[in-house]
Amino acid sequence: MRQSVDRRDFLRLAGIAGVTFTAGLFPGHRASAQAAGDFHFVQMSDTHWGFKGPPNPDAEHTLEKAVATVNALAQKPDFIFFTGDLTHTTEDGNERRARMKKFKEIVSGLSVKDVRFMPGEHDASLDKGEAFKEFFGDTHYTFDHKGVHFIALDNVSDPAAKLGDEQLAWLADDLKKHKPDDRIVVFTHRPLFDLFPSWDWATADGAKAIDLLTPYQNVVVFYGHIHQEHHHMTGHIAHHAAKSLIFPLPAPGSQPKRVPLPYDAEMKGLGEREITMAAKIGITELPVTKA
Amino acid sequence: MKRRVFAALLFGSAVEGAVRLAAATPDEIDIMAMKFDFYPDTIKVKRGRPVTFVLNALDRIHGFKMPDFGVRTDIVPGVENRVTITPEKTGTFVFFCDVFCGDGHEDMNGTLIVED
Repeated sequence: MRQSVDRRDFLRLAGIAGVTFTAGLFPGHRASAQAAGDFHFVQMSDTHWGFKGPPNPDAEHTLEKAVATVNALAQKPDFIFFTGDLTHTTEDGNERRARMKKFKEIVSGLSVKDVRFMPGEHDASLDKGEAFKEFFGDTHYTFDHKGVHFIALDNVSDPAAKLGDEQLAWLADDLKKHKPDDRIVVFTHRPLFDLFPSWDWATADGAKAIDLLTPYQNVVVFYGHIHQEHHHMTGHIAHHAAKSLIFPLPAPGSQPKRVPLPYDAEMKGLGEREITMAAKIGITELPVTKA
Repeated sequence: MKRRVFAALLFGSAVEGAVRLAAATPDEIDIMAMKFDFYPDTIKVKRGRPVTFVLNALDRIHGFKMPDFGVRTDIVPGVENRVTITPEKTGTFVFFCDVFCGDGHEDMNGTLIVED
């Protein structure tokens, strides 16, 4: 805890810290289990490379600025995870690949080289993830890091926003290999729960995934899609949505239409986040650029 | 006398039955879906009266979802897709495409107005 306070102080002094959200995200996790080692990683989301329009006149530079901000972190994160919508959708398959190529070129400027990706519907829903796989590999997968099991779930390659029975069976098989008190982090693009169905902020069969995860005591979900910070509990499972790096969207149901908020030159509604994994998990929201 | 009463009762039942039959036969409303609009995108219906939306897609698969009524369907081109609801409360409700269909998908929605 002392370490995370020092970290926040440092970030504040460096002028790049946002508000830190601290929660007992692993309620069933005993302090003794920390032997595996504390660490932190960065979540970046919804970069929508290729988007052009009034909601972000700086769209061609926002991602580069975010890369520079992450590179300037005093403590390098162990890895960086992009939770989808890397590119803005296009019906032209060649243009889709050109956008993915350019996106990959920009993020290759990240000084941390362990960078992982998952698709959003803008990347994958029009071709069922075909172009994404060419550039970034599997759309759902697992990896382990310092005692934590990470699961990337794809709820966008099916344009109807489904995980699908096959992936759910794969998830069930994977979870069977783990003990009830193992620490598990899930990444998705869309919320697994019904955040605001009238704006389609949901996953058609997300409840089935939550049912599979619920027997495990230490599960937390990080996702994107809604272009804003949001925190929600389904039972003991915490779900944390990240800000976007292109334009913010309104709070659920706060206005009639789900349209981007007006451009703010200070980009207050945009950013990435740093996540500290310890007995308690700290989420520090970071701005696009240093102050 | 008995015959007239019987006839009256029979007639009454028939009228009642006809009304029930009319109420149970849904109104039909055609809706066309194409990137990135529904036609019409504003629909007025009566509370308590069943209505069937007859959905056709012009260009590709779309979706039709009315979360407030717990219904959805794919709209497959060349197929007449039908969804029936009986709105029991007045108000304004949203429907939208829930099958990602491109840049503009997020704007593909409409409004159902239920009136007394």
